[in-house]
Amino acid sequence: MPETTAGIEYTKVAEIKGPLMVIDGITKASFDELVEIETSEGERRLGKVLEVGFGKAVVQVFEGTTGLTITGTKAKFLGKTMEMPVSQELLGRVFDGLGRPNDGLPDPIADKFLDVNGEPMNPERREYPTSFIQTGVSVIDGMLTLVRGQKLPIFSGSGMPHNILAAQIARQAAVVGTKEDFAVVFAAIGVQYSEAQYFKRSLEESGALRRSVLFLNLADDPAIERIITPRVALTVAEYLAYDLGMHVLAILTDMTNYAEALREISAAREEVPGRKGYPGYLYTDLANNYERAGRIKGKDGSVTQVPILSMPADDITHPIPDLTGYITEGQIVLGRDLFRKGVYPPVNVLMSLSRLMKDGVGEGKTRSDHMEVGNQLYDLYSRAQEVRALAEIVGRAGLTGTDLKYLDAGDMFENYFLKQAADENRNLEETLGRAWEVLSTLPEGELTKIKDKHVKQYYKGSK
Amino acid sequence: MVVKGRIVWVSGPAVKADGMSAAKMYETVEVGDSKLIGEVIRLTGDIAFIQVYESTSGLKPGEPVVGTGQPLSVLLGPGIIGRIYDGIQRPLDEIAQKSGAFIGRGIQTTPVDMKKKFHFVPSMKKGDVVGPGSILGVVDETQLLKHSILVPPYHAKDAKLVDIVAEGDYDLEQVIATSEKDGVKVPLKMYHKWPVRKPRPYAERYDPTVPLVTGQRVIDTYFPIAKGGTGAIPGGFGTGKTVTMHQIAKWADSKVVVYIGCGERGNEMTEVLVEFPHLIDPRSGRPLMERTVLVANTSNMPVAAREASIYTGVTMAEYYRDMGFDVVLVADSTSRWAEALREMSGRLEEMPAEEGYPSYLASRLAEFYERAGRVRALGSPDRAGSVTLVGAVSPSGADFTEPVTTHTIRFIKTFWALDTRLAYSRHYPSINWMQSYSGYLEDVSKWWKENVSPEWYELRSESYHILQREDTLKEIVRLLGPEALPDEEKLVLEVARMIKIGILQQNSFDKVDTYCGPEKQVKLVKLMVKFFKEAQKALKSEVSLTEIRAMPIITQLLKAKFEIPEEQLQKLQDLDKELDEQFRKLSAGGSKTEEVKVVA
Repeated sequence: MPETTAGIEYTKVAEIKGPLMVIDGITKASFDELVEIETSEGERRLGKVLEVGFGKAVVQVFEGTTGLTITGTKAKFLGKTMEMPVSQELLGRVFDGLGRPNDGLPDPIADKFLDVNGEPMNPERREYPTSFIQTGVSVIDGMLTLVRGQKLPIFSGSGMPHNILAAQIARQAAVVGTKEDFAVVFAAIGVQYSEAQYFKRSLEESGALRRSVLFLNLADDPAIERIITPRVALTVAEYLAYDLGMHVLAILTDMTNYAEALREISAAREEVPGRKGYPGYLYTDLANNYERAGRIKGKDGSVTQVPILSMPADDITHPIPDLTGYITEGQIVLGRDLFRKGVYPPVNVLMSLSRLMKDGVGEGKTRSDHMEVGNQLYDLYSRAQEVRALAEIVGRAGLTGTDLKYLDAGDMFENYFLKQAADENRNLEETLGRAWEVLSTLPEGELTKIKDKHVKQYYKGSK
Repeated sequence: MVVKGRIVWVSGPAVKADGMSAAKMYETVEVGDSKLIGEVIRLTGDIAFIQVYESTSGLKPGEPVVGTGQPLSVLLGPGIIGRIYDGIQRPLDEIAQKSGAFIGRGIQTTPVDMKKKFHFVPSMKKGDVVGPGSILGVVDETQLLKHSILVPPYHAKDAKLVDIVAEGDYDLEQVIATSEKDGVKVPLKMYHKWPVRKPRPYAERYDPTVPLVTGQRVIDTYFPIAKGGTGAIPGGFGTGKTVTMHQIAKWADSKVVVYIGCGERGNEMTEVLVEFPHLIDPRSGRPLMERTVLVANTSNMPVAAREASIYTGVTMAEYYRDMGFDVVLVADSTSRWAEALREMSGRLEEMPAEEGYPSYLASRLAEFYERAGRVRALGSPDRAGSVTLVGAVSPSGADFTEPVTTHTIRFIKTFWALDTRLAYSRHYPSINWMQSYSGYLEDVSKWWKENVSPEWYELRSESYHILQREDTLKEIVRLLGPEALPDEEKLVLEVARMIKIGILQQNSFDKVDTYCGPEKQVKLVKLMVKFFKEAQKALKSEVSLTEIRAMPIITQLLKAKFEIPEEQLQKLQDLDKELDEQFRKLSAGGSKTEEVKVVA
């Protein structure tokens, strides 16, 4: 910005509606500029410019407009966009949803200030993600492999153990055979206090807290602040990854609350809504967060994202999971049926997918049979589900021999492969070993997705 | 006259400027002190409404807006192939050199290296008549591509070539020829510019009759697309749209591929960049990157440039068409383009139609798909080229009744419906064979009959009929279980399963299976149909279905797609003999073995 507008203060508030404040008599203000608002009682709040022109500025107030008055409110335009101070000292600290310390400690000394909106990564400079991350969770490692620099969300529903799973991933995630610098960035977006505490405790117990940065916008914190929370978190994640060379796991929970805050602003601006009242730019806005994952050529670090979102009414076609699925590189879907059965983690494997698995596994990366085993397990479980549906109509007696084997293999898959304890860390050998034990209950001829040499090497069943 | 105005209003990618009464609609303008690129999309009095192709963060009223006098154009000349551009033809590698790993703003670039020398071989001589589209000569753009140097379509007709350089190395800024008409001399270079929103002209349009062979069985055999045709791939997330698009870009038998990543993932473009230089074109033996242009405007890049990226891509495709090449353009995804339209429309406060989309969504889609076609190019020598357009559609909630899908269907002829249920059961490509259709089936059958097999059409129909019967029988099975069906119908289910696994499913990540040539496709289908007929006969001659199901040939047929590579197709003959042999043994065995009933 060649001409600075910093420090100009305006007092002419024309209108206050929802989270927005319209200020009149504007002579100098820029789009996206940060605004400091002082209420008539002297309280300070932050906002940013959504629209400026014809002497007016529309400002979105992060802490909400409650208590603001038309007269007596001052707005100071700060001449810069919202920035986050970053440095190595951020590790081990806890911040609020706008990136201000809330652990009682002083402001960390900043190495530099970064625009929280980030900039789009140039696809030409991206390094294609190929390093396998072992999470110690069989279903993820075996069938939905997470790769460094991937964005793999968890689609959950209310009451399901997405936090337990995310915390388990955060504790156990490691790249086999390496000892590299890692960090966890956790952003709580409108979640309950207890959920955020669970996560914090879990990191504390595993000793990872001092390698973590936490951003907490809790359910009772201002809703509009949530627009910023993932942005400050990802800004820090990018700094740790690309400036300090760390491998960062960024967990954002719950993106549904984020999207709702976005809808609130859109409604206040009287924009033409897209589906279910969400703004037409929801896809682009979500992408601006999710795409902040990956690796860069010539840099050591990486940002791996695990956003969590709860599907309203468990509906995967709802705009939030739907648009998320179009942007992220796969999804881990938690299923209500398995959850009710008491299976943890209740991953509905058929609806789940990891798009980057093909690039992270196989000879030289994990094991040469890995991909084939994963595909065969999908096939097995998909057939088992079909047979289950059929058995409900015709009964077990009406099934053929092969069908019966699938029925039993499906049960074994759920109880022996999928199910594990929340503190159980299985290495890949064990995961694949269990997979082969399940596959070995089928006749050899059924393993149509696995090469003969692998069948010969690992199959333990009868012909 | 240069238009100079001032910004009066900013909101996201939309900017209003006054003092713009001399601006033209769709003129490109430089916005603000950092000279962001924008385009005039509405004029009211002296206020211009501008969509800005870069992030407007920090832009403020009072900053200048300067017109360029030109509509948004692309530069067309040698050096395009193998590059990756953003939505307005700025090379991403050059942007990276200037602003690092993250995309900065206001960066000035040139689309191709103007200083790079190409070896020009003239094909015209002094005194020849030149006009729009005449080929002045050729250069080797890549080892795979002889790039014709075209006289621009806006050039005068029946001019005279008064000068042309001798064979040699020239860069793009050098004048290589001069034409003259009515005393007006026009210098000609190896490139020209063309406005992206205007289709490039051609002499005549032909009917598409030659199939675009993609090496994908379900596409080529069941729902073919013709060169110069249009197709759409709608599907929910995770159904494999992008993989299918990549497969077409990799294996289609076209000379040039334009791949537009429109509002999609950054890593997907990186994947193409990493993978294509190492993939070898099965026909030419050269890396695929030597025939590919990428236009990448990922989901987090500015939304207005996403809207432009489609036009940038199709204009480049038309340019190569005009040289007489077959070009395939894949656009992933047109829904994100439509969303960009919707966003700008919303900021213009236009009255929305369905789901907030502007009322002109349908006409914009129609205009885009109409730029496909097989044509006779302008100018001499006589040549035909084609642009085939394939668009991915990302319907919200996988609901095909949403506006982008329903409007797209009206303007395309091949419809590949991706099915979430098939994807969940890992049937890939998840193209639903009951919902999909091709309007080119009859048109291309002549080519198949003449070039591959006279039985193609019949084999396709017979095998498709089995799938149709299975679809009806499935309902009964769902209610009563498979045992309720007579053996004859159970056989239909069995063979349908074989066709699904052995033909329709294709593994893009398997070295052999990723590409299946026309001959192999026909032979595989023929084997399946033959198996069905033989099995029907066997059933009539008292052979039990259990015996048929136990035939080892079944597994062999299912694995043939990846066990038998293109260069060993004679092995399919062996398989054919083996099939005969096993059926002969079955009927010779005569004694009917007891059907084994399994008791739980």
